[in-house]
Amino acid sequence: MFPSRIWREMPQRYRLEAAVCKKCGKRYYPPRLVCAECGGRQFDTYVLPEEGKLLTFTVIRTPASQFSDLAPYAMGIIKFDDGLQMMGQIADCDIDKLKIGQKMRLEFRKIQTDDTHGVLSYAYKFIPKWY
Amino acid sequence: MRDVAVVGIGIMKWGELWRKSFRDIFTEAALNALDDAGLDKIDSLIVGCMSGGLFVGQEHVGAILADYIGQKNIPAARVESACASGGLAFRQAYIEVASGMSDIVMAGGVEKMTDVSGDGATYALATAADQDYEVFHGVTFPGLYAMMARAYMKKYKTTRKQLSAVPVKAHKNGSMNPFAQYPFPIKLEDVANGVKVADPLHILDCSPITDGAAAAILTTVDIAKKMKKPYVRITGTGMATDTIALPQRESLTWLKSTELAGKRALKMAGRKITDMDMVEVHDCFSIAEIIVTESLGIFKKGEGAKAAARGVTALDGKIPVNPSGGLKSKGHPVGATGIGQVVEIVKQLRGDAENGRQIKGNPKVGMTQNMGGSGASAVVHILEVA
Repeated sequence: MFPSRIWREMPQRYRLEAAVCKKCGKRYYPPRLVCAECGGRQFDTYVLPEEGKLLTFTVIRTPASQFSDLAPYAMGIIKFDDGLQMMGQIADCDIDKLKIGQKMRLEFRKIQTDDTHGVLSYAYKFIPKWY
Repeated sequence: MRDVAVVGIGIMKWGELWRKSFRDIFTEAALNALDDAGLDKIDSLIVGCMSGGLFVGQEHVGAILADYIGQKNIPAARVESACASGGLAFRQAYIEVASGMSDIVMAGGVEKMTDVSGDGATYALATAADQDYEVFHGVTFPGLYAMMARAYMKKYKTTRKQLSAVPVKAHKNGSMNPFAQYPFPIKLEDVANGVKVADPLHILDCSPITDGAAAAILTTVDIAKKMKKPYVRITGTGMATDTIALPQRESLTWLKSTELAGKRALKMAGRKITDMDMVEVHDCFSIAEIIVTESLGIFKKGEGAKAAARGVTALDGKIPVNPSGGLKSKGHPVGATGIGQVVEIVKQLRGDAENGRQIKGNPKVGMTQNMGGSGASAVVHILEVA
């Protein structure tokens, strides 16, 4: 993955920046340039809460090559209190004990190492809250 | 708009075709379609192909295939909508004939998936998801549908057995399809005992990686009548899209694009879903067929899995779903899948389905539903007897 591709996503991946439409209040993660609800083009930036609830999850057993060292690993979709949803890996967990509805905390983690350029890329992972 | 008919269909034996190249498999299907229609010349070619670039390093697919099927110099284009590319090619060919731009158009589909490793195919398929906000984190296609399956099974208290009924039915039908990749029956316990791919999905919940191609020849109903060949009318086409990223959907247990594409096609055809004598749907995973049959309105929310387990969708059931064997048994060469569905419905409507696979009682109306990604694109067609 070319470094610029990782670099330009830093605001949302590192700082959890989301967008809220100035006109209708619809929230977006990742941020967009135009609101899919009202067509508004002006947004305020806000920072996502660091806690959400697990809506669904799976355990990836046959991943793409850059994740093969990690398999099997859990992935899920969490929902924040403000209604936004996002997908990510679930780390530091017993994959047999995950449950829909569990509280998850977001932590800053390394996601992958690029095969050809060796560039490290970071973002959030979900950690079950009891840990 | 002019009334449009299918006057020829062509398919070939799908599978892991080590001896055959990308261009060869498409040519085989295209020639079968031309022979079926009794034609040697077409006005235009539209081919669905998801990722010639990643699977065989070949873009510029329209030109190379037009030449190799013996139709050099005609207008030819490749269209892409992930795994719905074939359905999209059929729709674009329909529009081209209906509009009066061309009289005879081939809608083709092709994918050569085994010239890369399993890793490579997993990577190529994952490009149909949100690259920066899903795939970046390590999700795979089975993973996306597994998340839908988990949410669905919890919401509707679905059992492993109910889910397994879908691939078991697919393989039973596919065992009668001479063009299927895996033409053999499987048992309920085979599904549950298979290796896990992405929990709760096991290997037999998933459609395979396939080399394959299919083609259909479209023309106007007026020209079809003069050709004195059996033809099938296309009475409805519908397409819809949704957010590409699964977490951004309103529901994880519903496919809005399929609902809308289905409604649009039915409205155009002046039909109700209950008019369908059979449907070919996009069962890329067992859970996909279940949610699709609900989103199309065949079953109520939460009833799809139970209906499959009761045999309602079997060949002799109330509404046969995937008489061809579906993506599961017939194979899923992504770009070709949508045209493969059309081939099956045309066969059923002509009374030509092989090996006891023919639905009894002279079916008159059928539907195809082809889907891209985790459901961000859906293309639906209604086909009817002449």
